[in-house]
Order: sequence, then C-alpha cells, then structure tokens
Amino acid sequence: MADSASSLERLAAEAAGNVSAAANPHGLDGERYTAVNAEKNRSLYISRVKIYPKLVGGTFRRLKWVIMALTLTIYYVTPWLRWDRGAGLPDQAVLLDFPSRRFYFFFLEIWPQEFYYITGLLILASLTLFLVTSLAGRVWCGYTCPQTVWTDLFIHVERFFEGDRSARIRLDRSPWSAGKLARKAAKHLVWILIALATGGAWVFYFADAPTLAVELARFDAPPIAYISIAIFASTTYLLGGLAREQVCIYMCPWPRIQGAMFDEESLLVSYKEDRGEQRGPHKKGTSWEGRGDCIDCGQCVAVCPMGIDIRDGMQLECIQCALCIDACDAIMDRVERPRGLIAYDTLRNQERRQAGEPQRLNLLRPRTLVYMAALAIVGLIMLVALINRSTLELNVLHDRNPLFVTLADGSIRNGYELKIVNKEHAERVFRIDVEGLEGAVLSRPALAGEEGSTVVVGVDTLRMARFFVILPAGRLDGLRDGEGMLTFVATDLATGQKVERESSFRGPVK
Amino acid sequence: MSDSPKNEVDDVTGVETTGHEWDGIRELDNPMPKWWLYTFYACIIWSFAYWIVMPAWPYLSTEGWTYTKGVIGYDQREVVARELGAVAEGRADEMQQIATLALEDTAADATLMEVSLAAGKAAFGDNCAPCHGSGAQGSWGFPNLNDDVWLWGGTLGDIHYTLTHGIRWEADDNTRQNVMMAYGRDGVLTRREIADVAEFVLALSGRADDAEAATRGAEIFGEQCVTCHGADGQGNRELGAPNLTDAVWLYGGERASIIESVSNGRSGVMPAWGGRLDAGTINALTLYVHSLGGGE
Repeated sequence: MADSASSLERLAAEAAGNVSAAANPHGLDGERYTAVNAEKNRSLYISRVKIYPKLVGGTFRRLKWVIMALTLTIYYVTPWLRWDRGAGLPDQAVLLDFPSRRFYFFFLEIWPQEFYYITGLLILASLTLFLVTSLAGRVWCGYTCPQTVWTDLFIHVERFFEGDRSARIRLDRSPWSAGKLARKAAKHLVWILIALATGGAWVFYFADAPTLAVELARFDAPPIAYISIAIFASTTYLLGGLAREQVCIYMCPWPRIQGAMFDEESLLVSYKEDRGEQRGPHKKGTSWEGRGDCIDCGQCVAVCPMGIDIRDGMQLECIQCALCIDACDAIMDRVERPRGLIAYDTLRNQERRQAGEPQRLNLLRPRTLVYMAALAIVGLIMLVALINRSTLELNVLHDRNPLFVTLADGSIRNGYELKIVNKEHAERVFRIDVEGLEGAVLSRPALAGEEGSTVVVGVDTLRMARFFVILPAGRLDGLRDGEGMLTFVATDLATGQKVERESSFRGPVK
Repeated sequence: MSDSPKNEVDDVTGVETTGHEWDGIRELDNPMPKWWLYTFYACIIWSFAYWIVMPAWPYLSTEGWTYTKGVIGYDQREVVARELGAVAEGRADEMQQIATLALEDTAADATLMEVSLAAGKAAFGDNCAPCHGSGAQGSWGFPNLNDDVWLWGGTLGDIHYTLTHGIRWEADDNTRQNVMMAYGRDGVLTRREIADVAEFVLALSGRADDAEAATRGAEIFGEQCVTCHGADGQGNRELGAPNLTDAVWLYGGERASIIESVSNGRSGVMPAWGGRLDAGTINALTLYVHSLGGGE
C-alpha cells in the first residue's frame, strides 16, 4: 500500500510539472529495483496537486487587469442598458424574452424563425476564434475565456485573504487555527458572494432587469429565477474557485481542438530555448559567456496558474496567459539581460535563429487567409440578410379538413388561415385581396369582429385572420382536376406596401 | 490500465501508451484525475437516492404489475391534471362570462370570442367529432356544419337550442322532433309512386329525365310531402325538413338515394348536450360552430 501511495504521489507531482518532487523514480521493491512506470507501480487515478500562482507585475498582467475589468463590466452591466423601442415593447437593450419569443439585441430584434442569425453569429465567432488562434495561439483561453477571467478573480481574492504564493503554501501546511479558519472562511464567503452576483446577473438577461431585481429582493420572483441563480452561482464557485485549471485540462475540448489551428508560424508564448540554454544559476558579476540566459529561478513556474513549466515546450495545459513573460522579463531586468527570453515567438523563428537567418513574421499565410476569407464571406452574407430583413410577411394556410365546402347554391367555398407578421414597432392596417382566380369572391366568417377585408395587425406581432374564398357554381370550369391557384395580397393602407402569397383552391374533381 | 507492461513509451512525455493505434494515432495512458472517479461515485449514490425519492422499480404484486412510488409521490398524471386545472383556472373568468353573457355580446368581445373559439374547438373534438368529423365536415347522414345549409336553423339561437336539446333525443322533452315516414316500407306509396316522386325531386334541381313521371310525382308530392317540405320543395326549418332544391344532400342526391330515403324514411338523432356539458361550454360550442362558415 505504501508503495502504491508513494508512486501515486510521484505521478501527481510529475503531472504538475514539479520535477524535484518526482526525484528518485526508482523505488525499492523487496530486493530489486523496478521501473517507475511498471504496471504494479502505476495507479489508475491521480490526485490533484494544488497550485499556488504567485502575483506578478508587468505588461501582460496590466493587460489582463484591463480585460478582466472590461469583460466583467460587460457581463454585469449589459442587462441594465436601456434601448427605446416604443410603446408596448421592452426597453432592455439585450433581452432574451422567452415568454413572447423574441430576442432583442440593441437595434436587432430576432423572431424564432430568424434564429439563423444566431447561427451566423456563432459561425462568425468560431471563425474569429480559428483566425486568432492561428495568428497568436490561445488568446481566447489566456485572456477572455470566462473560466480564465473568473479563476483569475478568485485567485486574487484568495491572495487578498491568504497572502501570496509562499504565504499560502505555509498556511496550507500549518495546523488548523482560528486565524487559518478565519482566512479560509472569509475567502470562501467572498467567493460565494461573487458567485451569487454572477448567477444573479445571468437571470437579468431573461427578464426586465429593474423589475426582476425588485422581485428578487422581495422574494416573489419566479422560482426559475432563484433556481437559475443557484445553478450558476454553484457552478461559478465550483469551476472558478475550486476546480480552476482542472476545467481547462480535463473538461474543456478546446485545448484538443486548438492543436489543429496552430502551425509553425503561429505566435505562441514560448521559452526561447536557443537563448536560454544551458540554463543554470548565475552569480552577479560573472560572465554570461558560454551559457544561456536562463538562470533557472523558477519564477515562470511560480506564477503559472496552470502550474506548468513553459520551458518544457508547448503543452496541452498551457492556456497562454503570458504571465510567465512578465515574470521572466522582471528577472531579465534584474540580471541586466535583454527582455524576451520568454515571449510570443514562432517555431519557425526559433529554427531561423538557430540557422542564423533573420527572423520574420508570416501572418498572411494560406491558413489565415482562408479564415479571413471565410469570415468576410459569412459577415457579408449576414449583412445582406440583415439589410434585406423584411418587416412584413404573409403566410396562407389552406384548410385541409374539409378541403372544400359545397354551399346550397352549388358554389364551392375554401377556408384560409392568413398569418400576417408585422415586425414594425407600429400598428398597421392591411387590406386583403385575392387575385388570379376568375370569379373568386373573398369573405370572412360572421362575427369576425372586423368588417370587410381589413385586418389590423398590432405592434411587432403576428395576427391570424380567417378568410373564405367562394367560387360560384358557374365558375367551377376555372379549376383543373379540381384545383386552381390564387394569390392573396395584403396591402398596407398607409404606405401601400404589398406582400403576396400564392395558395391553391380546391373543388370537386369532375 | 494496459494489458502488458511492455507497451510503447512516448518519447516526448515519457508516458506509456495504451498500446492501441488508430490511423497512426496512439493514446497516452495517463491516469485519470481522482475527482473524476469521485464524480462517478457521486452519480451512483445519486441514482440510489433517485430510486428512493422518485417512482422507479416495477414489481409484481398480488394485484398485478405495479411500481415503487417513491417517497415524494411524484406522478405525471397528477402533473398533467394540475396543469389542466391551472388552464381551466386561468380561463375561469372568461368562461364565467361566456356562460352568462348573451351570445351576441360574447361575440362582440374579441377576448371572449378568442377564448370561446379555442374552448369550443376543444369541446367539439371531445364530443362532436365522432359524428360530425374533426373538421365538422360531416359524412353520410351527419350534417356538414361548415356549409350554409341548416336543417333546424343556423342562427346563434338555433344552434344553441339544437346543442342543448338535441334532435329526436327522447330523454329531452324539448328536443327537436319530427319524423320522415317510411313511405315504401309502411305501404303508403307503391314502388312506382316512389319512383315518380323521386323523379319530381330530381326535377326540383333540374335533373329530371322523364318529364311525365315528374308530373305524376308532383301530384303525389303535393299530397304527401308538402306539409313538411313545402310546395316548392324548399323545406321548413321549423320541422327540420330539408330544402330539396339546393346542392347539398345529407343522404345523397342521386336517384337511388332519393328512392331509398322516401321508401325507408330518415330520422337522424343527435343527443341533447344540455345536461352533459356546462352552459359555458355549450355557448363556446355554439360560437365555434357558428364561426365555421355557415353561421347566420
């Protein structure tokens, strides 16, 4: 048992890139030595090794602060932005209104049948992701992914209560005391508050934010609001506070997919092995001749939120947050060597430097050009679709049961359900006409409420209206095999705008 | 874990592979994180809890197959009943008004009319569709309610009366009552006379072949049929006698069908719904049937 426990620890340490902890891979087994990866020494499962990222200052840290502030502000503030759409319509700039089946996004308004806009937006988003990844690696993961942003925020909270890396390690190793308990409790409390605020902000996207806020405070909001808040708060706490890097390594599919996006010309956060090696401690005042610039201080590992060593090369775990660049630059300044031992670099440039060729960036290459072209095409299609979005639609449903009705005088009547969609934020009045079938007469059911062929369609809504078309007995010759075609025309009485829809007219087959 | 300790070790990571290869791709045999295993255990525990809380296992009891009901007693039938109850409750105000207001007043109110048509359509599907068809299109012997032909009248009041009291529904004293005699079966008319009458009826809609027979038939019609169907054959709604001059025939308008109707008589039955459906539903049904296209 002791053997398997120690091998577990070793594997765990190896997985975390903590090479020193995994030293002495050969364990004593009775009288002989066995390989570390021999079947009996291996475990199916690995314990998590806790990571204590150290605070670092620098260009990329500042950039991350700005992006964190920006993304969190967008997330928390967006539901509170107002956008006047006129009377009877919500004035929330971004609103997913499920009960009335509308999606409002500033000037955009999407009906359920226009959901392909969302598909288009998602395609644009993924193409942008592909392009950015092929240009500069996992920019999404490193800077803007919610998992990264909230984890970063939660780590700062942890740092505020428990101190920086070494203080946190000491605290975790120390026995439980009132002080330790207070620090841990305060951290978890703040995490939970942030999580609640995160879940709380989420529900405001689905209802009028000011109204819902009051309802939430009075505890008379719909149960689904509280359930959603609970779900999103617990996942935020769990994923951002507790699981952190485990999400990126084990849950997220993107690290696997991104391997297909990179190539040797992509700018990736890398350790310049050609400049850094041979690494080793450096004593102030001694020569830098015959050795690399890396002083093996381990700062790049200490600041890494994923707990890995960038000097091991490109790894699945690396989210390319660039904090190791800041850490290394600070050290290079101190030892008076040029910055950029760890930097955004390409594999080809590494080869070019080693071959003595000049470095260059090759951003416009077939891969990126294809992504750019695809982006432009999809963007153009969406723009055209948006410009040509119709605010008036007419659909005609021909009654199928019964297909036609014979009236007392032998004339034939067909029933139609007209659906008029008015996407304009104003009431419109339409006149309905029927064309194309000689002798056809339009009528409406008795007690329909509206006189003649006039239909009033309210603000931003769909109106159903029932109409009859009667073909007199003497005109039945106009049908071929019991069928004729006719066209319904809806004319806006105010603007004269017309919309047409063809349908059929059925009668008995002679 | 691999089958053999001699699996290939990956150069870059130093991790053993699973020993399988798919299109040149090999898989590293990395250990799984422990929390993943614990999540799996948690799922198993959850499933046990689920068995206890929710309906789960079928078993054979002395009364046949049944199942464990679960401690919270969740039942989807109850959920449906509750949801239908909620719908009824949501409509309660409107249905109350529909039940008490005059039909014309209900029709004048757009909201009430919308509820009436929806409720009427549902009630029609439950109660009327077996005879009149789901589209109220009727069939042989069951009137089409979409057309403008009414045996007993097509105003809101007429339709409401028919719905409430039925037709030839003996249990209701106020039911609509009239009988078309079986002129042939009861020996009132001979076969020849019936053929003549049929010829006259065809002549009413301009389809007679034999003018002489039609003239003879007119005489018999004048003696036997005018009381109900009228001198010109246009029928009488007071008596539920159909108009014989129009294009709509409940039992068929060809010669053979007409002879059959005269010989054996016709007296279709519709149940009285007055005692079975509540006032609101009958009013909603009235408005729905009226809206189908033939309402007067």
